[in-house]
Amino acid sequence: MMDFLCQSLHYKNNFLTNFERKLLSSSSSAASLSGFLPDSIHVNKKEYRPSIRAVMAPPQPQRPPSTTGLVKQAMTMTEKILARASERSNLDTGENVWVNVDILMTHDVCGPGTIGIFKREFGENAKVWDREKIVIIPDHYIFTNDELANRNVDILRDFSVEQNIKYFYDINDRSNFRANPDYKGVCHIALAQEGHCRPGEVLLGTDSHTCNAGAFGQFATGIGNTDAGFVMGTGKVLLKVPPTLRFVMDGEMPDYLLAKDLILQIIGEITVAGATYKSMEFTGSTVESLSMEERMTLCNMVIEAGGKNGVVPADQTTFNYLEGKTSAKFEPVYSDEKAKFLHEYKFDTSKLEPVVAKPHSPDNRALARECKDVKIDRVYIGSCTGGKTEDFLAAAKIFLASGKKVKVPTFLVPATQKVWMDLYGLPVPGSGGKTCSQIFEEAGCDTPASPNCGACLGGPRDTYARMNEAKVCVSTTNRNFPGRMGNKEAQIYLASPFTAAASALTGYVTDPREFLR
Amino acid sequence: MASKALQPPPCAFSFSFAPTHRLAPPSARLPLLRYSWPSSSLSRRCNHSPTLTLHATSSSSSSTLEGGEAVEKVFHGECFVLDDNIDTDQIIPAEYLTLVPSNPEEYAKLGSLALVGLPSRYPSFVAPGQPLSRYAIIIAGANFGCGSSREHAPVALGASGVKAVVAESYARIFFRNSVATGEIYPLESAEGRLCKECRTGDLVTVEMEKERGRLTNHTTGKEHKLKPIGDAGPVIEAGGIFAYARKTGMIVAATM
Repeated sequence: MMDFLCQSLHYKNNFLTNFERKLLSSSSSAASLSGFLPDSIHVNKKEYRPSIRAVMAPPQPQRPPSTTGLVKQAMTMTEKILARASERSNLDTGENVWVNVDILMTHDVCGPGTIGIFKREFGENAKVWDREKIVIIPDHYIFTNDELANRNVDILRDFSVEQNIKYFYDINDRSNFRANPDYKGVCHIALAQEGHCRPGEVLLGTDSHTCNAGAFGQFATGIGNTDAGFVMGTGKVLLKVPPTLRFVMDGEMPDYLLAKDLILQIIGEITVAGATYKSMEFTGSTVESLSMEERMTLCNMVIEAGGKNGVVPADQTTFNYLEGKTSAKFEPVYSDEKAKFLHEYKFDTSKLEPVVAKPHSPDNRALARECKDVKIDRVYIGSCTGGKTEDFLAAAKIFLASGKKVKVPTFLVPATQKVWMDLYGLPVPGSGGKTCSQIFEEAGCDTPASPNCGACLGGPRDTYARMNEAKVCVSTTNRNFPGRMGNKEAQIYLASPFTAAASALTGYVTDPREFLR
Repeated sequence: MASKALQPPPCAFSFSFAPTHRLAPPSARLPLLRYSWPSSSLSRRCNHSPTLTLHATSSSSSSTLEGGEAVEKVFHGECFVLDDNIDTDQIIPAEYLTLVPSNPEEYAKLGSLALVGLPSRYPSFVAPGQPLSRYAIIIAGANFGCGSSREHAPVALGASGVKAVVAESYARIFFRNSVATGEIYPLESAEGRLCKECRTGDLVTVEMEKERGRLTNHTTGKEHKLKPIGDAGPVIEAGGIFAYARKTGMIVAATM
């Protein structure tokens, strides 16, 4: 017992008796202990917990825990995150554990239902567990005249005021999104841009693409209203520890390939149920070379394979991105070398080609060049999956290389206010100082629209770019099940921004190499 | 803390229960609620005592069943058959997500719109203008409920009158939401592809016990094994995760 030191991240739940304090203070490593004991130890017989719960030696600086030799069992990244969040030193996959939640996100579609459940179960006057850990982001049905949709944003506002929610990205003036300084746009991108995504943490959201945040090396997954209502009141959730599938992607990323191609490749490989109840870990030199936005695209579509969560190990790219966005302390974790993975898939990225997902399933993979005879009616570039700044820069690159005009209506919906501003402010490399918006205008695309989820999921009938007829669309979004963007008979080809832009220029599904060689 | 009484079955029994254990996460020993429902005229197997007594017994191996005290549910009605990968957009299209499930009027509206997103090759699940579906049981292929995390999906099905879904497999968020809301029983078939064996409109009976399940298709005359609902059963039975947590004392511990 003396050799084990008490290490706990949530001190208020740990109480030591006088006897135990004496034991610990008399050990030879008392000096290093003092750094780990809380400043005030409450000796409270009522809440005494007889077992000292830690079997890890304190981590030495610059020596990851896996090398100390005192870790009982090798764990994957996801297991480590959940272990820490549930105050356990070890976990087995398949175990159900109560986990402390760091961030709960909700939006205008599921927020009202979640709030309803919260009030019903905890009481009309109940207070949320932590007003700083709930992030409320209206983003789905914003620029619409649908009365219920507008009412739902009002419900979010009333609740945020009542609970004094710190992070509520409100919108009041729907006719001009720029008149709303707080409004952000698509929740998953807003979470990242506002510094709410941090390595090692647990982030839950009432949206399936919450897995997007796994790009930051955290556990992030989507939950329903009832689970979210529970978290709102307690700050905890019961989760089953998932086993991990590992995807090792090595090789230099060809200049005609984007992260969207990688994830479509993977989903095509393992099918839409291939990762059900599992975690997807993305590693390898290719992944390390990806920017944060590209990593987000990768993790965003984990749910399309049925995955519970996706993770990318945090590194300097992550830390650079986070600088200036958050001052909160975070502690990344990494899979142990000897951790057990359910399966490991290896890819040589240099050999991959641009792909699409044909109607009507995200795993209906095909090479873009093999679909060159598919005539299309429109192109949609937007959503959390494909509406970030780098997605638009990629599309602009194709239009620039071509110099021609699009042959079909091309809809551009930036994910957030910040993305919209980048379209009008950032110079596109190799263009002689032109911005994305200028290039898009010259190519004959539609004017970039107000940032929101838009037509990715159809939405109310008056949603901009909704497919109200049985047309064929190439889209940078995440799902293409029947009726996804509106009309049940419409056909959606999921693609990267490169492929989407190339297709817009020809009026057919087109491999971007047509314009990049 | 008031205990929530279960809905009495049609034959009007009254009962009460007293949980003998309060639970505290994470080391939950789930109290096993044992009670028997009256047998319907179609169930052929178990004897049931006419009086219902509920008592919570703690059991770490909750696999032993005493004869006649089985946890049972029986559902009977026409089935509606679906293919693989029925996603949440087909169950309830996104344009209807403006309806808030915790609002009773909008809850009912969601019921009337259940499965309205299905391609036109399927028959209508809820007849136009009707609030409820005539189909009490859905039979589906693999990966049922894939796609979004929207709770509107199991809610719409439950609100339309569906009692159980018998699928080959489920997407995890949909399964979790079904249990958390208590809206439907998400059962899994233990053998074969039921979606190929049954056709929409077949008259079926679904019998559930803690250890086994069975689907009888009266139209084809075939019987099919189902996987037991397991620990999810009592949660759904109680009316969802909150009701269950209140009943077993978990919710007090969680708000400590």
